[in-house]
Amino acid sequence: MEKRNKILILDDDTDWLALCRDWFAELPSKPEILTANSAKRALALLETESVRLLISDLKMPRIDGLQMLAIVRRQFPDVRTIVLSGLEDEEYRSRAYALGVDLFWLKMEMQQNARLFNECVESLLGQTDREHDTGFRGIQSKSLMDIIQMECLSRSSSVLRITRGPLVAKLWIQEGELIDAEAEGARGETAFQRLLAWKTGTFENLPAEPDHPRAIHKPVNALLLESAHTMDEAADPNVAPEIAASNEHRKTMWKLSQLTREGAEFVIVVPTAGQGQPEALGTQNFSALAKWTSRAADIARRLGDRLEAGPLSHVAGQNLERQVLMLPRGDRAFLVGWPTDVTENVPEKSRKLVASWDS
Amino acid sequence: MGFIKKLFGGRAAAVQQLPTGTITVDRDGHIVTSTVSSVFPKKLLHDIGRDVLELFREARVAQMPLAEVSLHFGSLHITARELRGGAIIFLFPQTALMPTPTLSRL
Repeated sequence: MEKRNKILILDDDTDWLALCRDWFAELPSKPEILTANSAKRALALLETESVRLLISDLKMPRIDGLQMLAIVRRQFPDVRTIVLSGLEDEEYRSRAYALGVDLFWLKMEMQQNARLFNECVESLLGQTDREHDTGFRGIQSKSLMDIIQMECLSRSSSVLRITRGPLVAKLWIQEGELIDAEAEGARGETAFQRLLAWKTGTFENLPAEPDHPRAIHKPVNALLLESAHTMDEAADPNVAPEIAASNEHRKTMWKLSQLTREGAEFVIVVPTAGQGQPEALGTQNFSALAKWTSRAADIARRLGDRLEAGPLSHVAGQNLERQVLMLPRGDRAFLVGWPTDVTENVPEKSRKLVASWDS
Repeated sequence: MGFIKKLFGGRAAAVQQLPTGTITVDRDGHIVTSTVSSVFPKKLLHDIGRDVLELFREARVAQMPLAEVSLHFGSLHITARELRGGAIIFLFPQTALMPTPTLSRL
């Protein structure tokens, strides 16, 4: 008789546990479902049962999900883990992935993309089987070019989901051929070129989408070569002035298009260390605002240190005409201005804008 | 009798708590009312009031008068509304178990 995989679901909401029990029991591989409404109970089950996959919530009393995942990572390294949370903050996703979680899904997304979610779970259960025989995990240190080449050389079909802070990109690979890309609001070849400029990030393999329409027709090697050539040109200090000016113009146009696409009014970039000039797009008279940005960054940082309140995420301000967000990033501070009618996810949108600024 | 304890008791190890509650400050930065625990150092509360007023003041100088300012730290959110030169300041400590902040609560 074929051995059934065991899935352990951890959540303090018993109604949700019941729903999940029915949901996962319907998976094609018919796994055995275990449930726990506390981390303590879940740990006891992990001790006694050979669980293949743990699906955990984050927001729980006493031991929260992140603490639980840290324990599981240390004590049960063979158990694959999925976080299923209602917390939309990107910080939790980053913290969960930093703890070695295999997948992070929002409960809302799980219900909206049920088929994709189920395929991810099945794929993870299958992966666990394969890993018992052979294979490697953790190739995050490879460059994106390496990963794409590996995927294409293996003639595999998959969707690569690449995350860099708040930015998310996707690459569709069909039988070793790159058929489409999506990054920073662009699609096709443009998106692919944007994506290759990313220096860091994490990636995950999603199930293939065979019906996805093809938008890239060039071979992947030609695209990689073109991209490498463009990057070399941009990095060359001896490049002709007209080419440098053209590159600079293209960069400015890209930033403006980003600004317009997101719906922001302006962006001001201020070096906080006092070196260099402020940079602005979307506003003419920016010196006073740049001064406020620099001042706000100083004040907030100083106050945060004195209160021991943790790292500064952002400073927001608003009046009847507009809202502004100041975000520190490395040795610079960004001030993003938004009209007051933009009400949804302004911090997240600002973070995306800032993250794509230098790429 | 208690004086021996005072001499030899020493101070218990403690972690500084984050402030929770509301304070109002006048235009000079003096605290007018406070619902923050009296255990929390007055000096730090005063610093919060002063820094928030400075943010409002600097924004006026930059021709961008603000009605509301909020500072979002990893474990504390400070939201301040301008009150005729002074300010009312709300202090919300954040934990992993707190709900995600949204714009309406900025």
